[in-house]
Amino acid sequence: MAIEILMPALSPTMEEGTLAKWLVKAGDTVSSGDIIAEIETDKATMEFEAVDEGVIGHILVPEGTENVKVNVAIATLLEDGEEAGAAPAPSAATEAPAPAAEPAPATPAAVSEAVPVMNLAPDWPEGTELKQQTVREALRDAMAEEMRSNEDVFLMGEEVAEYQGAYKISQGMLDEFGSQRVIDTPITEHGFAGIAVGAAFGGLNPIVEFMTFNFAMQAIDQIINSAAKTLYMSGGQMGCPIVFRGPNGAAARVGAQHSQDYAAWYAQIPGLKVVMPYSASDAKGLLKSAIRDPNPVIFLENEILYGRSFDVPVLDDFTVEIGKARVWREGEDVTLVSFGIGMQYALEAADRLAEDGISAEVIDLRSLRPIDYDTVLASVMKTNRCVTVEEGFPVGSIGNHLSATIMERAFDYLDAPVINCAGKDVPMPYAANLEKLALVTTDEVVAAVKQVTYR
Amino acid sequence: MAAKKATKKPNVSGEELKEYYREMLLIRRFEEKAGQLYGMGLIGGFCHLYIGQEAVVVGLEAAAEEGDKRLTSYRDHGHMLACGMDPNGVMAELTGREGGYSKGKGGSMHMFSSEKHFYGGHGIVGAQVPIGAGLAFSDKYKKNNSVTFTYFGDGAANQGQVYETFNMAALWDLPVIFVIENNQYAMGTAQQRSTSSPDIYVRGEAFGIPGEIVDGMDVLAVKEAGEKAVMHCRAGKGPYILEVKTYRYRGHSMSDPAKYRTREEVQRVREERDPIERVREMLLTGKHASEEDLKAIDKDIKKIVNESAEFAKSSPEPAVSELYTDILA
Repeated sequence: MAIEILMPALSPTMEEGTLAKWLVKAGDTVSSGDIIAEIETDKATMEFEAVDEGVIGHILVPEGTENVKVNVAIATLLEDGEEAGAAPAPSAATEAPAPAAEPAPATPAAVSEAVPVMNLAPDWPEGTELKQQTVREALRDAMAEEMRSNEDVFLMGEEVAEYQGAYKISQGMLDEFGSQRVIDTPITEHGFAGIAVGAAFGGLNPIVEFMTFNFAMQAIDQIINSAAKTLYMSGGQMGCPIVFRGPNGAAARVGAQHSQDYAAWYAQIPGLKVVMPYSASDAKGLLKSAIRDPNPVIFLENEILYGRSFDVPVLDDFTVEIGKARVWREGEDVTLVSFGIGMQYALEAADRLAEDGISAEVIDLRSLRPIDYDTVLASVMKTNRCVTVEEGFPVGSIGNHLSATIMERAFDYLDAPVINCAGKDVPMPYAANLEKLALVTTDEVVAAVKQVTYR
Repeated sequence: MAAKKATKKPNVSGEELKEYYREMLLIRRFEEKAGQLYGMGLIGGFCHLYIGQEAVVVGLEAAAEEGDKRLTSYRDHGHMLACGMDPNGVMAELTGREGGYSKGKGGSMHMFSSEKHFYGGHGIVGAQVPIGAGLAFSDKYKKNNSVTFTYFGDGAANQGQVYETFNMAALWDLPVIFVIENNQYAMGTAQQRSTSSPDIYVRGEAFGIPGEIVDGMDVLAVKEAGEKAVMHCRAGKGPYILEVKTYRYRGHSMSDPAKYRTREEVQRVREERDPIERVREMLLTGKHASEEDLKAIDKDIKKIVNESAEFAKSSPEPAVSELYTDILA
């Protein structure tokens, strides 16, 4: 039976085109790959090749015809020994299957009917022995403990080994684990991030230290396109168990290129987990969880917090679940939501507000993907007011996202608009006075709370 | 072209030769069918065909052993078929169906197989190069003596991350073979308009990585070079570069009118250097196969390809619930 040659789609968006020119006529023998016609799409004139071999039977659509729909028969091709016979009438376009018009199922994390319940479970059992430890020490202990228990965990980055860490996070680790597992890289973020992603595909559990997250912008393609998306693109076959960690956000007086908070950037990406601890116990517990997690985890630290000491539980294997907020302070009048170094301003503000008789509930998100919406919403439903606090840029911020979520899910509970306290919408200035102005301040948080409580 | 002359006396049996013929033909017929399904609107988006380059993957797979890994760019259908992935699963991924390797969620450019150690299918030009070195890093770390074939094109060879990777692969003696599939065009830009030196493999010299040029239209030359590179890597001597000079007959993607080269140029390569015709001739003149034998192979391949197209059309679209699966492990 004669094969119909159909008007081809020659671009992702083509629906019809002009049959500009036939390069064969009835009776011509063609073989696979021969150019048989020229077709004009909206973008270009394309050569159209024969796929099958045979003899052209009839030309059904003459050259010069415009608006020929994709999949209309434009010619017939005869196989060995077949006669042309009468020309068939041009057929109607064979419809390609239309994309299914089914409604998308609701986002698992989106609107749920259930009443949000606040997560008040403590991170460690009551009576656990505590010790004071810096964030720096807590991070090192987390990595060392995980490397002791899993041979496939290794650390790579600039100056992590012989220099003992640019910020001394990996102090002593080269001595304990050797140069096969604590690996100094050249200054080549894009390259070593990609190598680490490949190593994770190959079954290892890399910890990649970026000297700061500012330099991770060189590597962001590997983080997002390769690490975050491959599990989905492979239909679940190939995951990327990797941790990207390092200091994030403003340090002090290092200027615009070294002072940016990337929390909102990474939190936007499906396929990533994103955490940003404030305390040493969270730094330790979350980093251990991140290293064990089968997914890529962005672990955002803060240089200013590295030397700060907090209570850390003395436990053999202390972890903090990713995706769980922590309520630092319970209160009745307003909910302050923050994370990372923003917590410093939120807690200071809560102290000052208490002096004025305003009781603030302070929530540390700790994880920015997934976010513990329930804890935030339950708190807002109790206090009816919310102020968010972060150091990042104000446009498209975590606070913006929380405001939208609160509006969608707890609008009737609000007695005032949610206010987002954030860094200013400017590159970070160097001058000491201007830098102070560019960052969020405790004063601004106090003022925002007074505004939403109408004091 | 400074490519090596065809191997005079092939150190290869008639059976092996027939197998290469078969594998190359499978890729070509599969790609022609994919082009046809694209024309019918059954395959969407971008679709980059491998027609003309078949000898590269078939020759290198002949040099690989179980456990070796491979990954490439978005022009990946040939690599998947050559490493033994199921044509049905590949074609069904092209049509975005449940039976595809990625359940229809990856598409032409994003397919993977943990079983066959095929690590993609990468859509960002050059991004697969450090990932390939990372796979080699994992092999070295686990001391399992496998090698990774990291394929990229002459276009990707101008990405900075390729050289970041060369540096670390050499520094750490990673068992990775960098296969530069030089088909002479980075999309529409001819190599001489984009690349400062006529040969790309020489850039490895700056990092102390040995390499060579290979005639990518000669499957036996590719296999021989592949074996040499594999031996180098398995001996713990670090990376190796193969610059395989090849040619794609079709446009960069299905929507490429290919006005940057003449019809005659394409036709000349087809007539004079076609990798499949070359093996066909060797089989016939060497009396390894008769015309009838080859017809039988052709018929068999046509059947496999037609079945893959039928499978790809009849496999259902993924269930809507798949929208939210496989985001996190």
